[in-house]
Parts: sequence; C-alpha cells; structure tokens
Amino acid sequence: MEARGHVFKYGENVDTDVIIPARYLNATTGEELAKHCMEDIDKDFVNKVQKGDIIVARKNFGCGSSREHAPLAIKSSGVSVVIADTFARIFYRNSINIGLPIIESPEAAKEINQGDEVKVDFDTGIITNITTGKSYKGQAFPEFMQNIINAGGLVNYVNNKNK
Amino acid sequence: MGMTMTQKILAAHAGLDFVEAGQLIEANLDLVLGNDITSPVAINEMKKFENQKLFDGGKIALVMDHFAPNKDIKSAENCKICRDFANENEIVNFFDVGRMGIEHALLPEQGLTVSGDCIIGADSHTCTYGALGAFSTGTGSTDMAAAMITGKAWFKVPSAIKFNLKGKLSKDVCGKDVILHIIGKIGVDGALYKSMEFAGEGVASLSIDDRFTICNMAIEAGGKNGIFPVDDITLCYIKEHSNRTPKIFEADEDAVYDEVIDIDLSALRPTVAFPHLPENTKVVGEFGDIKIDQAVIGSCTNGHISDLRSAAAQMKGKKVAKDVRCIVIPATQEIYKQAVKEGLVDIFIDAGAIFSTPTCGPCLGGYMGVLAAGERCVSTTNRNFIGRMGHVESEVYLASPAVAAASAIAGKIVAPTV
Repeated sequence: MEARGHVFKYGENVDTDVIIPARYLNATTGEELAKHCMEDIDKDFVNKVQKGDIIVARKNFGCGSSREHAPLAIKSSGVSVVIADTFARIFYRNSINIGLPIIESPEAAKEINQGDEVKVDFDTGIITNITTGKSYKGQAFPEFMQNIINAGGLVNYVNNKNK
Repeated sequence: MGMTMTQKILAAHAGLDFVEAGQLIEANLDLVLGNDITSPVAINEMKKFENQKLFDGGKIALVMDHFAPNKDIKSAENCKICRDFANENEIVNFFDVGRMGIEHALLPEQGLTVSGDCIIGADSHTCTYGALGAFSTGTGSTDMAAAMITGKAWFKVPSAIKFNLKGKLSKDVCGKDVILHIIGKIGVDGALYKSMEFAGEGVASLSIDDRFTICNMAIEAGGKNGIFPVDDITLCYIKEHSNRTPKIFEADEDAVYDEVIDIDLSALRPTVAFPHLPENTKVVGEFGDIKIDQAVIGSCTNGHISDLRSAAAQMKGKKVAKDVRCIVIPATQEIYKQAVKEGLVDIFIDAGAIFSTPTCGPCLGGYMGVLAAGERCVSTTNRNFIGRMGHVESEVYLASPAVAAASAIAGKIVAPTV
C-alpha cells in the first residue's frame, strides 16, 4: 500500500484547535468537519487539497485536545498520510484507531517543502520525495499497531478478536 | 530494575508482576468517561461493534459539560444522543444539567476516582486524577467506544520524568504557577509519551486542589499522565468523597527515570503563559503592560473552591476595571453552593464580575465569553492556542486565579497582592 500526492507543509506544534477549531465540534461527521480543516492556520487548505495529498509538519503534530474530530477532519479532506518529526500521543492513538496513516521522520519532515510531490510506501516505511529524488526511512509501526491498522481500525480489531 | 508508580499501576491492571517502558499491554479499566463532544462520536462508533453490550454500566461516566447548558441546536442534539444512550444502557453516572459539573472536578468530588485506579477518558485533561495517585489518561472517542464494551485499553508502558519538589510555595503562588513553570522549562512536548511523576518533600505542602491543577496540565507538556504519591492529604480527600477503598502504589526505590528535575517551590513566582503556547512563560513583573479585555476564572484546571477563594481575596471590596469583563465559573454545583455559602459570589458580583453555572464554555471558545478580533484575555484555563477562545486574532494569557483576579481589577496583567 502506498500514498502519493502533493505536500502541504506546516511548522511545529500544530495543535488540534487549528486542525479543527472547537466552534465546529458540534459537528460529528467527517464530511462536515473536513470543510473547516486547518482553517485557522491555512484558509486555502480546504480549497486546494486534492485526494491523496500529504501533510508534512515538524515536531509534536496534533498537540492539545483529545478530539478525534482532528484526524477525522484530515482523513475526510482526502489527505493520504501525515509525516512529522513527532506526533502528540493522543493524536497518534486516534489516527491509528480511525485509520489515518501517520509516519514519524524528522529528516523527511525537515527537508520536504510545500508543494513537493511525495510517495510513501507503508510496508517499508520509505518516504520518497519525487520532486527532489531523495528518499527517507520513516519509522514503521510496531506490530501491535500494524494489527489494528490491518484490521481497518480498532473497531474491526475488537470485532475480529471476539470471534 | 524497579518500576515507576505509573508502571506499577499498569502492571497490576494488566495482571503482570513486572512491566517496563515500551512494553505493549492491555489493562483493565476502573472508569471510562466521555463528555458531550466526544461521547456522541463514541456512541456512533459503538454501533459498528458486533457486541454492543457494555462491560459495566457502573464504570462509565458521561458528563455534559463542554457545550452544556446547550449553546445551540447541534449541541442540544449531541447531549440528547448521550442522554438516550445513558437511559437505554442504564448508565447511572450520567451527569446532565443540574447534576453536572466540569468532568475532571466532578468525578473526584463524586468519589468515582480513587488512588490506584486505571482510567481512560475521551478528554485530554483526563490526566487530572493522577493527583489522587491514579493512572489516568486521555484518549479519543474510538478508544472510549472499545473500552465501554471491553473494559480494557491498550497502552505502551511509558517511561517517566521525575520532578523532585523541594521547599514550599509563597503565598501569592499556587499549583498553576508550578505547572506553568514546568511547562516553560521542558516545553509543550517535553514529556511527550511519558509520565510526569511528582515526588519529594515539597509534595506535602501542596493542597489536593494544587495537585489536581498540576496533573491536569501534564498533557500541555505532552505527558501521558501526571501522578502524585498518595499521602494523608490524598486519603483524607478520598475518605470525604468516596466509599471506595484506595489502593496505594509507590514507585520502587530503584525505579528508572529518563530524567530527574529538581523544582524549588519556594523560588517560584506568579507565572503567565503568553500566546500561543503554554510553554511561552514569563514571570509577572518581567514584562511591560499587557492590557486585557476579559478575565476568565474557572475550568477543569482552576474552577475549584480554593481557586475561587483565592480570586475572591483579590477582588474583595474592589471593582473590575472599566472595559474588562470578568467571568467566574465554579467547576461543580457543590463548589457553586460552597461559594454562595462563603459569600464569595457576593464579592464577585459586587466587584462587577459575573458568576456562571458550571461549564467548560469559554475555555475552548464554545460560548460564555468568546473573544473578538484583537481582544486579550487573562485566563485560568489550560490552553492559549491560536483561536482557542474565539477569533484567530484574539489572545489568551494563562495564569493562576489570583493573577487573573488581580488583573481584572487592574485592567492589565499584574501580580496578586498578598
């Protein structure tokens, strides 16, 4: 499985309040939430994002609230993977649980630029910047988490286990 | 090699004699909680599970606190989803308007959280209960949904930073200043994926409310949980509020920590976090005039009775500055009643502040104090991200109740009077 798309680049500590502002938390569907994704730091994001595009950001992506609405808004906006130096822990957990691929690679997160075309191979963890030709090794998920992702999220994982 | 306090609680709940940092475990839960924003998503997710029977209705708590009393039609619909779910599933700990308070002040007060518990909540400030010597951490709605059915959650066993507290706080300084100081020191990801374990002789001088405030904001340093050792202060609080028996876990003497950081409580001064991150801390007096338009005193971080007392002491017989709105929000109905009894509400209203029913309201820019473009608020809440309390061009300065109250009077951010 792989992801391929153009990059939206952000800085450090992108928090859940800018990913999806609380004033929209009375919505619960991904479709509705996606309309306001990244609105408070990038008004153009929702107009420009194409299916398959990739978010690249620096350390501590997704810090703040436990709102699952944040990874859900990103996933529903069509983003195929988020690459960052590090992720805040609740965001990390939520992404796995709802099936939004995320990958940690400080080197890739530092060097990849806005608008670059990037490819991510989830089986190997290899991130390739097609624009510059440079490749990076991202941190693959531990086996336990791969099982959840392969099951299609936590719901299916629990359903399978109970069988 | 020994275990940290957190590791011991996790081991006990996973049925293991020993766990170490990095190990993946499945732990039994003593409590699963959610609020009116995260629970509807969890309830929706639950419908996808083949088995939809709750593991134990008595160990689930749903608190309608974020956008309740309902701020708009969608919020009302969300609370209704929770209410119907609670009724259908006979969830006794469903806290609706009239019974509700802000979840992290309410559940300890109701005796639902005790030392030694393993708790998850679909709210990032679930880490608050570490003040009582419990392991508690925030998760998302899908984790909450799975936990409501299985009574379990998976965890990667965290490593820890030990904060060795020494000395005693000065009169104008409280738990909020301690945690802001720590976040300023280690940064908003300084404890990422880790436990923040507080220890040392300084612990004994911290009230239970101070400990709640400190653990509450562990997440603002990226922490998985914050935790205090159990002492007489903890046991006294639990005895007053709960019928349950606390279980005491202590860190092993040879427990391994990633880092040990000494904090001299007596050296701390009133501290403020500038926009737009809780790590942007400065000591009051070390910056020029910051005029404010609003002061908010409340939230899961600082809506306790001691917080209201501390704010009232600053405001007694004084008036809120012209052009400043001061909003005081007790965290629970019990705290509300106590504030009435002690005459604190008179002090706030006579000063020109408003006194609200419990709600998270303005903390996350929901309602009851949303800011306009260019406005500044000094707030006892926990986050000052861009747009957190309203317009993207508004600013939030995080501070203690004493600083917020003194600032409301002065019209700019100032140190409290002792």
